[in-house]
Amino acid sequence: MIEQSLQAMAHSLASREISSVELTQLYLDRIARHNAQLNAYITVDPGRSLAQARAADERLARGEGGPLTGIPIAHKDIFCARDWLTTCGSKMLSNFVSPYDAAVIARFKAAGAVVLGKTNMDEFAMGSSNETSFYGPVRNPWDIRCVPGGSSGGSAAAVAARLAPAATGTDTGGSIRQPAALCNLSGMKPTYGVISRYGMIAFASSLDQAGPLARSAADCATLLNAMAGFDERDSTSLDRPPEDYRRELAAPPASQPLAGLRIGLPAEFFGAGCSPAVMQLVAAAIAEYRKLGAETVALSLPSMGLSVAAYYVIAPAEASSNLARFDGVRYGYRAPEYRDLNELYSKSRAQGFGAEVKRRILIGTYVLSHGYYDAYYLQAQRIRRLIANDFAAAFRQCDVILGPTSPSTAFKLGEKAADPVQMYLSDIYTIAVNLAGLPAISIPCGFADGLPAGLQLIGDYFTEARLLNVAHRYQQASDWHLQRPGGFV
Amino acid sequence: MKPWEVVIGIETHAQLSTQAKIFSGSSTAFGATPNLQANAVDIALPGVLPVLNKGAVECAIRFGLAVGGTIAPRSVFARKNYFYPDLPKGYQISQYEKPVVLGGKLSIQVGESEKTVSLTRAHLEEDAGKSLHEGAAEIFQGRSGIDLNRAGTPLLEIVSEPDMRSAAEAVAYARALHALVRWIGICDGNMQEGSFRCDANVSVRPVGQTHFGTRREIKNLNSFRFMQQAIDYEVQWQIATLEEGGSIEQATVLFDPDSGETRAMRSKENAHDYRYFPDPDLLPLVIDRQWIEQIRLQMPELPAAQRDRLMADYGLSAYDAGVLTSSLELASYFEAAVAVAGQANAKTCANWVMVDLAARLNREGLEITDCPLSAARLGGLVARIADGTLSTKLGRKVFDALWSGEAVSADEVIAAQGLQQISDSGSLETLIDELLAANATMVAEFRAGKEKAFNALVGQAMKATRGKANPQMVSDLLRRKLA
Repeated sequence: MIEQSLQAMAHSLASREISSVELTQLYLDRIARHNAQLNAYITVDPGRSLAQARAADERLARGEGGPLTGIPIAHKDIFCARDWLTTCGSKMLSNFVSPYDAAVIARFKAAGAVVLGKTNMDEFAMGSSNETSFYGPVRNPWDIRCVPGGSSGGSAAAVAARLAPAATGTDTGGSIRQPAALCNLSGMKPTYGVISRYGMIAFASSLDQAGPLARSAADCATLLNAMAGFDERDSTSLDRPPEDYRRELAAPPASQPLAGLRIGLPAEFFGAGCSPAVMQLVAAAIAEYRKLGAETVALSLPSMGLSVAAYYVIAPAEASSNLARFDGVRYGYRAPEYRDLNELYSKSRAQGFGAEVKRRILIGTYVLSHGYYDAYYLQAQRIRRLIANDFAAAFRQCDVILGPTSPSTAFKLGEKAADPVQMYLSDIYTIAVNLAGLPAISIPCGFADGLPAGLQLIGDYFTEARLLNVAHRYQQASDWHLQRPGGFV
Repeated sequence: MKPWEVVIGIETHAQLSTQAKIFSGSSTAFGATPNLQANAVDIALPGVLPVLNKGAVECAIRFGLAVGGTIAPRSVFARKNYFYPDLPKGYQISQYEKPVVLGGKLSIQVGESEKTVSLTRAHLEEDAGKSLHEGAAEIFQGRSGIDLNRAGTPLLEIVSEPDMRSAAEAVAYARALHALVRWIGICDGNMQEGSFRCDANVSVRPVGQTHFGTRREIKNLNSFRFMQQAIDYEVQWQIATLEEGGSIEQATVLFDPDSGETRAMRSKENAHDYRYFPDPDLLPLVIDRQWIEQIRLQMPELPAAQRDRLMADYGLSAYDAGVLTSSLELASYFEAAVAVAGQANAKTCANWVMVDLAARLNREGLEITDCPLSAARLGGLVARIADGTLSTKLGRKVFDALWSGEAVSADEVIAAQGLQQISDSGSLETLIDELLAANATMVAEFRAGKEKAFNALVGQAMKATRGKANPQMVSDLLRRKLA
């Protein structure tokens, strides 16, 4: 059962082969057995999940089930879920029980999906290894000495170890795609504005975008169908007609299903900085795509090299302001002792935030300060436009862009923790996509020394359906995505 | 002592009359139980997002049209970052580099002279909540309370150029602006509730100096009287400081109405670095021509235009027309009275509205909107005075009766009390003949050149008719008989 696709699971539920309560219990049992080893979940609430499962079963019994009715889904603890502890991986929100549902949670609830639990994450989504969580690091199921990637590391580890059929994540600079790559999953960041940010705790508002983490591109499409949609409560949400992200997957298998597809290979994705082992696996995937009928186009994204620098100005700037609301006044952590208002603020924030969050608040405060704003923030925004222009030029020559998701496979816990710049460079291939607001997906493309590597496919705005199909055709021709880590029985 | 010139610029926060807040659906009604009009967005729960209320934008467009400013086709909301407990997000959403309205003008009247004040800009922003430090000791036990009902209330911040040269001009500007925002229906102007509050930037310089002196900003002036007092004090303090050889430090000051003094809140060294940047949660505000034209069609006639029309059509003086167009309600009242009294009697109507009615309202502490005497009834009264049915004096009697609600029209009072003026020359002539016969001494005195005796005779005639005799006719008849 746990290896079934979401579509097959929905079929098993609809035909009453298994009930949602049984399916949910199955995963709750797996979580109980294995979570201690992985630390993938922050909160599990069997009573609440099973109550939802019973409601889903009633709905299924009435024949009113949809593609996700009764399926338990794990949610990154960045999404506010009514009556659930919602911590964002921080001591600051370690006592915050949300009084409302995020748009993403509400949409899954409306689809009849069960909230299986809230997954661990880098504190306020700031990290690429899941080591900054107040709730401790998450471990990679492929090698528990290694990190799962971040910041959606709990969601990735949970799905990889089959402690959830699928999960949600958020991606500000690669936080879905990089853990997907490091945990052998398919993870998609849609076009900015496709999924409502309402109720998703903000890190960097102009970059944050929710997305699915699953075992296949097809599952991602199923999840995206539930997650996407206009929401008037989010002013950056895009008012577009709904689309079926599975629509291209239904085409019958063919020997060359991707004939005519032009795959762009930017020189900047294939230079030094990427581990040779990962590069080799990506090269093999390119060869596979040629077999599927695609042609490749060499191109360049000349401003890509500036993306990490621009990102580490814009994201901290927005974060420094977004996180100002966590002041110990209305909710969240408050220092036990303070003499005056300033101490209430400074102590609550000093004690409530971890080191990486503080580092980014300091950077962000600095770059927005009087006298530095033009040199840093405005300059970074200019780079952002250059990067978007690079991609626009590239998409005049190709349909999708291909490259590695992460320059390496999973690294050891603690390996990069002491060197923030090395850590920031883990997202060197993913960050530019957020700066441009484009959709991208990471899919498994093989293993190096037993650890999975990810292939990144980037599309033009609103080409999610095509990207999912390009990923799906590769997965029809390969079985990397079907590999699961040993143990966790 | 060298002569000094005063330079004043004013920033005004006008609370916009929208039902809902500027970025959330909460009500903006005043006076609700603390924090009951604060929803998830207003209290800044994690994950919530702002959504712009178009009604607030329409208010800004109305204002831009009313002052002849430029309505920006694209303006930007920015975050003004600072920590305070009544600011739940840790930043205020405002407009900074790209405001919704640029430029514009407002004409003001100081005594008999007129002046045009240029506006720099007007921008949309949200209000903060309120910190309650006092008056609730039993509730807060020495701690401070926070009421977030006001948090997120839409404000239009209107910034003038430093064009005012006296406290009187500053107050005239504030009054004209106050009248305008009420006139175009974007702000209720209630100063006690904080719907309209001004900050005055005040500096002084020796006459003839071209650059401005260092300014101090007097914050939160919520009455015209306080504004006058605060600026008067501030100006005198700045001049005294400079004349004693001191210098002015740029600072923010508060006016204490009890002491009548201003005192510094914070100096420039402690000025906040607000770290403004465009709010990534909100798209730039785009206003197309069509939207502006649609609102232009709904605009009422503006006070300046109406003032000119009253002068042209009714022959009113600039002063009278200015007073009558000082508020939309007063102007509407006046025009409704003229509609009944007749255009030819507009000047008489103006006198009644500006003198008798204004005095009575003032005495009873009422606004024109609460006036128990309708404009139509006042117009009816003016008509009876104009056609000679009533003397001015009797008119006042009828006015009292109409005010108290004893009657619904002047005609009804005249009939019921027999107040009709005696303008019949036959009966008046008889009366005067009798009078002259009975007061031979007075007649003799008049003939000896005592003009006073004439007035006494008129008085006798009025007394004999209990004030109903037409005084003009009495006077004419007397002159003729005594000639």
